[in-house]
Amino acid sequence: MASSENLLTIRNLHTGFRIKDTYYNAVDDVSINLNKNEILAIVGESGCGKSTLATSILGLHVANNTKVTGEILYKDLNLAGLPEDKFNSIRGNDIGMIFQDPLSALNPLMRIGEQISESLVYHTKFTKEQRVERVLELLNQVGIPNPERVANQFPHQLSGGMRQRVIIAIAIACKPAIIVADEPTTALDVTIQAQILDLLKELQAETKSGIILITHDLGVVAEVADRVAVMYAGQIIEEAPVEELFNNPKHPYTRSLLNSIPQMNSENEKLQVIKGLVPSLKNLPRQGCRFSSRIPWIAADAHEENPVLHEVAPGHLVRCTCWKHFDFEGAEGGQLR
Amino acid sequence: MSFMQIKDLCVHYPIRGGFFNRVVDHVYAVDGVNMEFEKGKTYGLVGESGSGKSTTGKAIIGLEKITSGSIIYEGENVTNQRRERTSAYNRDIQMIFQDSHSSMNPRKRIKDIIAEPIRNFLKLSDQEENRRINELLAIVGMPEDAKYKYPHEFSGGQKQRIGIARAVACNPKMIIADEPVSALDLSVQAQVLNFMKDIQQEYGLSYLFISHDLGVVKHMCDHISIMYKGRFVETGRREDVYKNPQHIYTQRLLSAIPNIEPSTRIARKAERQGVEAIYQTEQHKYYDENGKVYALKQLSSTHSVAMSTQDKGGN
Ligand SMILES: Nc1ncnc2c1ncn2[C@@H]1O[C@H](COP(=O)(O)OP(=O)(O)OP(=O)(O)O)[C@@H](O)[C@H]1O
Ligand SMILES: Nc1ncnc2c1ncn2[C@@H]1O[C@H](COP(=O)(O)OP(=O)(O)O)[C@@H](O)[C@H]1O
Ligand code: SF4
Ligand SMILES: [Mg+2]
Ligand SMILES: [Mg+2]
Repeated sequence: MASSENLLTIRNLHTGFRIKDTYYNAVDDVSINLNKNEILAIVGESGCGKSTLATSILGLHVANNTKVTGEILYKDLNLAGLPEDKFNSIRGNDIGMIFQDPLSALNPLMRIGEQISESLVYHTKFTKEQRVERVLELLNQVGIPNPERVANQFPHQLSGGMRQRVIIAIAIACKPAIIVADEPTTALDVTIQAQILDLLKELQAETKSGIILITHDLGVVAEVADRVAVMYAGQIIEEAPVEELFNNPKHPYTRSLLNSIPQMNSENEKLQVIKGLVPSLKNLPRQGCRFSSRIPWIAADAHEENPVLHEVAPGHLVRCTCWKHFDFEGAEGGQLR
Repeated sequence: MSFMQIKDLCVHYPIRGGFFNRVVDHVYAVDGVNMEFEKGKTYGLVGESGSGKSTTGKAIIGLEKITSGSIIYEGENVTNQRRERTSAYNRDIQMIFQDSHSSMNPRKRIKDIIAEPIRNFLKLSDQEENRRINELLAIVGMPEDAKYKYPHEFSGGQKQRIGIARAVACNPKMIIADEPVSALDLSVQAQVLNFMKDIQQEYGLSYLFISHDLGVVKHMCDHISIMYKGRFVETGRREDVYKNPQHIYTQRLLSAIPNIEPSTRIARKAERQGVEAIYQTEQHKYYDENGKVYALKQLSSTHSVAMSTQDKGGN
C-alpha cells in the first residue's frame, strides 16, 4: 500500500515507564504509518497504551522516568526522544493536539480569543490584526455562532461542546499536517459527540491532514475512521481498513470486543464476555501471545509462540495465526464467564 | 399491577445570592416526574448530563429531599422517609452507583461492606451472616476469600459486583442503578450487564436503570423514559421509543448514537442533519415559550410524549 502519501512513520516504538528501578513498556514495539488525508483510529480498552502512544508522538513525557526508543519519523526528524527545545516548534505547529477534557486544557483566566491567538503569536509572523481575523475565522470554522462574542468570553462561560470546539480551533490554528486526538468526545453527550465528530471529519477532508484518533469506543471508530489499529497490552494486535475490520475481524480479541457491544437489536441475547482481565503494566506477559490466557479453549500448542503481525489481506494485519483453527461463532465463543 | 408509584416528583434546589444570601432562584433538577414500577421489569432513565437522572434516583431512595410530589410503596406513602434502618421501604429499595469505589469505605473489608444492609435490616447470628455473605459472593461470581480483602484490591468490574452483592443482600424488590457500567471497559461491562439480567430473572427484581448510553439502555430495559431539564419528554415501552420516537429530542438522541456499521455512515449523517434541521425550526411544537417541556400526552396505553396540544405527531 505505497499509494498514499506518508506523513508519519512509527517503527518499533517502545515507551517504558520506570517503576522502582525497572522500566516497563506500556507501548511495546508498535509500528504503524499515518498517511496524508486519513483518520487513523487507535482503539482498545483502558490501559492498553493508547494515550502513551499519543504522548510519545507529542513528546509530552517526563524524561526522567520515561524511556522512548524506536522511530517516529516526521519529515527528516525522529521524534522519539527528541529534546524538548526542538519539540516546541513542532507541537502546535506541525502537530496539533486535542484531549479528552476540554476544561482542563483551557486556561480558566484567559479569554478564548487570546488562547487561540497564543499559538499564532508563537508560530506565525502575523500582525495583531491578522491574528484577530484568523481567530474569528477559526471560531467560525469550528461552528461557533457569534465568534466576536465568544472570543471575549472565558472558558467557564461555554458549554462542554463549545469548549471542545475551541480546543479544536486551537489545534488547527497553525494548519498542522497531523492532529493527535485522544478521546476527544469521551466527556461529551452523544448529540454533542456526533457534532464534534462530524466537525473533525469535515476539517480533515478540507485540510487533507492526517488525524490519529484515539478512542475506546468502537462506535466512534465506525463513524469516522478510515483505518483502524486495535491495541491490546501495549501491542497492535490487528490493523485494517475500517470496513474490513468491522466486516471481517480476525483476531479473537477484536471479535470478542465486537460481540460484547450491546447492539441496538440484541436485547434478549447474552453479551459475550471475555474471560479474565486486561493485565496491569507490571504483570504484562512479555512472552508468548498476550491474549492466550483469555481464550482457554484452544490447546496451548496450537498458538504461535510469539505471534507477529500477518498480512491476511491488503492492509489487514493480524497478530495471531490460530484464528483459522476455530469457529468463533461456536459455543466456546458465546459462553465464557 | 405496579407495586410502587412516583407522583409528580419535584426536587428544586435553591440558588442563593445577593447581599443577604437570600434565595434568588431555583434549579429545577426534577420537575414533575411520574413513574410506576412493576415486578421483574427494568425501567430506563436516559438523558444528557445534568438532565436530572441521578437526582430522580436519589430522591426516590431518600438521599435527596423531595420538594413536592409523593412516592407510594405498596399502598403506603413513603415520601421523604429518611433512610431509616427499620422501614420495609428502605430494605426493599437499594441503590448501586457508577463509582462503587467512592461508595465503599476503603478501610472496611469486603465482608463488612456486604454485611452493612444485613446488619441494618436482618437479625442474623454471626454464623448465619457468614453463610449469607458466602452465598452473596457466589451469586456475584466471586471467590469466598474475597471477603477478607479491601476494596482497592479489586478491579472496577469486581467492585461493581461487590456493590451488587451488597444491594441484593436483603432480597430487595427494586434496585436503582445509577450508571452502573459507565466507568467500565466494554468486556467488563458485558459481564456486569449479563449478571444483572441473571439475578433479575432469578429473584424477580425490578431495576431503575439510569444511563446516558442508549445502546446499553436498549439492551437492558423494558420501559424507557427520556429526560430533559428535569422533565420527561417521552416515555414508553422499548419498542415505542426506539421504533416510533415522537419527540424531536428523542429523535435527535437516537440519530446521534454511533453505529458499528461503517457502510451506513453517509446515510446516517444525512438523517442526523435532517433531524437537526427540524429541531432548529420546530422548537415551538416541543417546548413552550420559556423552553420548558410540555406535559406528557398519552399516545397509546404505553406511549406518551410531551408535545404542544395544538399540533401532535401522528401515531
Ligand atoms: N446539591 C445540588 N445543589 C444544586 N444543584 C444541584 C445539586 N445536585 C444537582 N444539581 C443540579 O440539578 C441538575 C440535575 O443534576 P443530576 O445530577 O440529577 O443530573 P444527571 O442527569 O444525573 O447528570 P449526569 O448524566 O451528568 O450524571 C443539574 O443542573 C445539577 O447541576
Ligand atoms: N506516567 C506513567 N507512569 C507509570 N505508568 C504509566 C504512566 N502512564 C501510563 N502508565 C501505565 O501504562 C499503561 C498504558 O496506559 P495508557 O497509555 O494511559 O492507556 P490507555 O490510554 O490505553 O488507557 C497502563 O498500565 C498505565 O497504568
Ligand atoms: S495466537 Fe493463539 S492465543 Fe493468541 S490470540 Fe491467536 S488464538 Fe489466541
Ligand atoms: Mg487514555
Ligand atoms: Mg448522574
